[in-house]
Amino acid sequence: MNEQNSHIVKSYDDEQRGLLDELIRMGQMALSQLEAALDVVERRDDRAAERIIGNDEAIDALEQQVNHDVIRLIRRGPLAGDLRMILAALRVASDIERIGDLAANIAKRSMALNLAPPLPHTSGLGALGRMAARQVRDVLQAYVERDGEAALRVRASDAELDTLYTGLFRELLTYMMEDARAITPCTHLLFMAKNLERIGDHATNIAENVWFLIHGEELMPPRDKRDESSSTVI
Amino acid sequence: MNTASIALATSARDTVLPMTPPVKVSARGLNFWYDKFLAVKDIHMDIPEKRVTALIGPSGCGKSTLLRVFNRIYALYPKQEAKGEVLLDGENILDPKYPMNRLRSKVGMVFQKPVPFPMTIFENVAYGIRHHERLSKADMDLRVEQALRQAALWDEVKDKQKESGLSLSGGQQQRLCIARAIALKPDVLLLDEPTSALDPISTSRIEQLIEELKQQFTIMIVTHNMQQAARVSDYTAFMYLGDMVEHGQTAQIFSNPSKQQTEDYITGRFG
Repeated sequence: MNEQNSHIVKSYDDEQRGLLDELIRMGQMALSQLEAALDVVERRDDRAAERIIGNDEAIDALEQQVNHDVIRLIRRGPLAGDLRMILAALRVASDIERIGDLAANIAKRSMALNLAPPLPHTSGLGALGRMAARQVRDVLQAYVERDGEAALRVRASDAELDTLYTGLFRELLTYMMEDARAITPCTHLLFMAKNLERIGDHATNIAENVWFLIHGEELMPPRDKRDESSSTVI
Repeated sequence: MNTASIALATSARDTVLPMTPPVKVSARGLNFWYDKFLAVKDIHMDIPEKRVTALIGPSGCGKSTLLRVFNRIYALYPKQEAKGEVLLDGENILDPKYPMNRLRSKVGMVFQKPVPFPMTIFENVAYGIRHHERLSKADMDLRVEQALRQAALWDEVKDKQKESGLSLSGGQQQRLCIARAIALKPDVLLLDEPTSALDPISTSRIEQLIEELKQQFTIMIVTHNMQQAARVSDYTAFMYLGDMVEHGQTAQIFSNPSKQQTEDYITGRFG
């Protein structure tokens, strides 16, 4: 979307603004779901976890609304910046929806964790979670401000998240080897960590869409990937 | 034939077209006046062979004028003058020594409103051929059939070639005009808003036809329909107030134009 110049057809601008508003709302909801999920893991609060799981529906509903609005906008025959705006919105909505799902899943697994006595190793998850939440917050900001450089930074810091995740992965494997009773909670923790790592990937996808929004199909500069957990053995 | 490669404002990443086609027509420092009004300003552009190039821009921007220069049709009107060069296969067609007859057989034109001659369907197509060639009746029949087939009209008119061209529907009339133009086996086909008076079905037929014809002809189309330009063309040139603002691959122009003016025009933000 081009802010300086508005469409001759005013309702076109209104519809695009409406779409952007929905995405911003979706993003804020997913981010607060994620922050709340990390909080309930820490506080071992089942009732709050249930609320988070229930809230996910609202994000799904917003995604439906975004899809509906995108279809309406496509009927206008968007081109150039409009085309990129609408295509990016569709993809970003789908990433935000996944972030919401993963946050809800973290809340759900926290309830399983709460069935066992507290483990000392949840702190590593907290650090990973804070970093994932920061990635989401930064990328949403970059999207709203159409800031390609900020998007590149988010994408670059995904490697740090991967490193942290790989470290936590090794750590949890070690705990499980030490004590078979830790296997159940640690497995849940592993999935939760994986969810956070995936949230980082969705933030990266959004960053790539911010880039697309600004630069079209021009390729982004290369980046490094550090999630080595798929080849990690101890 | 001029085989110089085409310099267009596109980046290397855009690999929509497998290779750069040779240049068929080039404008070099082209200016055009309607009496004292300069309607086309210092245009330099290369038109690739056997590709569709769309000319877009608001009314009065000079796109139809540019098209009219490419077959010197303006020469029929007083006080209209072109300066600069238009090279067709490397020869300057604006040179008064370039024979008009040859130009007419090499560059065909179809206009916004279908204008069949008030004669039979057969004669509409045969008329132009007779100006350039003497054919036996059998050869002429064959030639007319060929043109009508190429224009995707044959099946609809083969049993009524003796009927008036004016008896056809608007879309059919336009295809008859295209048949008439391609019957001369031109190299270049100029289409000036060929579908603006047609319904969507007839428009689709013409667009399908354009896709088939570009195997054989170099096509330039003026259109006010952005989606049509995006659909049918390989290259797009955006003109504004007589200037060539941007000329590049259609895929790039309609997804990420490099000039703000182009962006504003194709997204409906002009004014």
